[in-house]
Amino acid sequence: MKLPIAHAVRRAPGPRRPAAQALAVLLAIASSLAASAHAAEHLDGLEDPNHFVQRDGESIYHAICQGCHMPDGKGAQGAGHYPALAENPRVGAAPYILHNVIHGRYGMPAFGSALDDEQVAAVVSYVRSHFGNHFDKVSAAEAKSERASTD
Amino acid sequence: MSEKSRSKYGRSVTRRQLLAMVGKAAGGAAMYQAMSALGMSTPSPYAGPLKLEGARRDQKILVLGAGMAGLSAAFELRNAGYQVKVLDYNSRAGGRSWTIRGGDEFTELGGRKQVCGFDQGLYINPGPWRIPHHHYGMLDYAKRLGVPLEPFMMVNYSSYLHSTKAYGGKPQRYGAVQADFHGHVAELLGKVVQQRRLDEALTTEDQERLLEALKAWGALDNQYRYVAGKPSAERRGWAVPPGGGLMPAPQPSEPVAFDGLLSSHLWRYLMVSQEYSFQTAIFQPVGGMDQIAMAVYREVKDLVQLNSKVVKIDQSESGVTVSYVPSHGDGPAQQEQADWCVCTIPLSILSQIDIRVQQPMQDAIRAVPYAAAVKVGLQFRRRFWEQDEQIYGGISFTDMPIGMVSYPSTSYGSPGKGVLLGAYLFGAHAYEFTAMAPEDRVRTALEQGARIHPQYHDEFENGMAVGWHRVPWTNGCYGAWSEERRDKHYRNLCAIDGRIVLAGEHASLIPAWQEGAVLSSHDAITRLHRKIVAGAAPVKETA
Repeated sequence: MKLPIAHAVRRAPGPRRPAAQALAVLLAIASSLAASAHAAEHLDGLEDPNHFVQRDGESIYHAICQGCHMPDGKGAQGAGHYPALAENPRVGAAPYILHNVIHGRYGMPAFGSALDDEQVAAVVSYVRSHFGNHFDKVSAAEAKSERASTD
Repeated sequence: MSEKSRSKYGRSVTRRQLLAMVGKAAGGAAMYQAMSALGMSTPSPYAGPLKLEGARRDQKILVLGAGMAGLSAAFELRNAGYQVKVLDYNSRAGGRSWTIRGGDEFTELGGRKQVCGFDQGLYINPGPWRIPHHHYGMLDYAKRLGVPLEPFMMVNYSSYLHSTKAYGGKPQRYGAVQADFHGHVAELLGKVVQQRRLDEALTTEDQERLLEALKAWGALDNQYRYVAGKPSAERRGWAVPPGGGLMPAPQPSEPVAFDGLLSSHLWRYLMVSQEYSFQTAIFQPVGGMDQIAMAVYREVKDLVQLNSKVVKIDQSESGVTVSYVPSHGDGPAQQEQADWCVCTIPLSILSQIDIRVQQPMQDAIRAVPYAAAVKVGLQFRRRFWEQDEQIYGGISFTDMPIGMVSYPSTSYGSPGKGVLLGAYLFGAHAYEFTAMAPEDRVRTALEQGARIHPQYHDEFENGMAVGWHRVPWTNGCYGAWSEERRDKHYRNLCAIDGRIVLAGEHASLIPAWQEGAVLSSHDAITRLHRKIVAGAAPVKETA
């Protein structure tokens, strides 16, 4: 099979630019494909499926925390348990709660990469002021400083 | 090794004859090993059915957990000659190898109870649902125990790829997206070749070969263009397909433009089935994923005590003592004594149990967060995806939170009802769905899925939704190791600590897969067996 490569070059060397553009497009595709491999692995399609969109503490609690700690904050008991956040004096220790939300604890996943400092502060403040807890709000600055602490 | 080898009888034999002889003499596993040695099959850590020779019959091994890891440990250890007992929290065996059928009840953490309303023969697998052809351990149990398998339709060219932000939200057929993506890439690369931009990378001869390959791969025309015509229609489908007699003349369909295809991001779903874990052939047990675990369970049923919640795992120089209470209701703590313990309890649970092990293993047990995942099964009055849309099995992908819709890879064309996997979520969306009440998960899956299949509105009957963080015996889906944590803790997790060894998908490099549980279990009990056989003398453990 004779292909028109040499012929094309003889007749029309062609401007470099379109080819360069074509190459750039191909490279862009290649790098997108590499970037998408991880997303595809998780079989989801959102731009950032690992970041939560909720901003206020109550919404974040309902979107994440109540999956385990339950809507009433009372936790649950099975083969293991989820600790109650309701009327829990440990919730008073702000660094402890911030640490757990940001870095995780045992089987509890870390949410530090899924929530920004404002979101972390909002949800921790919500828990500290609901479910029978009466503790001060925490600030995004406190969340930021806890984020920097090692795991 | 050359094609012909000399047998010990001096005759020359072909490779096929040699393999047949090996197979006859030593069974499939040996043949498999021989095949690997001949470079004919992919190597696997699975070396065939375990041969734990010289077991000490006076030694009792307590297995905690009756999922794939625990059941296979019990099965192999008893076959070897050990005394075995198994405890499990659940009221059924199988663990995450779980199938939900009509009439099954499931009460999640928080107390919400679902009763499955599926018709007879219909099911969903809330956990694992497919077995790749290279998961030798799982496939071998299916084979040894006579569990029939059927192909899982991983790729279906007539399934949909869907984006809420592209093509007006109209689902596109997988096959057309793939044809157009390949075709446009091929055309573009063909231009690069023809403009002699690859002279440094390839010889002229290889550039000609590449152009030839691009034409074939991308379904290009004679001018190396990807345009509407017979070559592209044979890939993406026809606007008017060829018929018979005096039926209308075939008309090729029109490829979509490349820029729109790129910005749609639909191409990302084409790569899923190319991952090693998802490559065809890939299987499911006939009747539900639990069938393999149930087959192993039948072999060891007399050893398994269900409804037993482990609360303490103690060990001393002389043995292991495990305390447990009834999983439901009140009852005094009871104790089970053994010489050794194989613990397959998920780390999400084990990290909350009082267990006497050295600090390195203790740290490892506490180092692994558990991933979120949610599945929703939906029953419809008829199999509209087959009847209306010619989708027989396979998966449609979407950028909506439900992630996908998967069609049953079984009973094609049956006139009755059908159950779809209506959502399979990971990441942030999985947390959000877990946090919903079960009926809200089903309702949300319906609302989103109806944008792909409007038939949902009229045909829906009932659904089941499992969020893995609400599953009372796992507190999550699987061990989500980070590379950093694995480097630091994995070997400590897997090493034998005194008389205790851990096993399960969390103690494998194939997290979330049943094969990981099986290989972990086989490795753990092999090392434990060696230690036991070596006798009372202290044995230095090398993980």
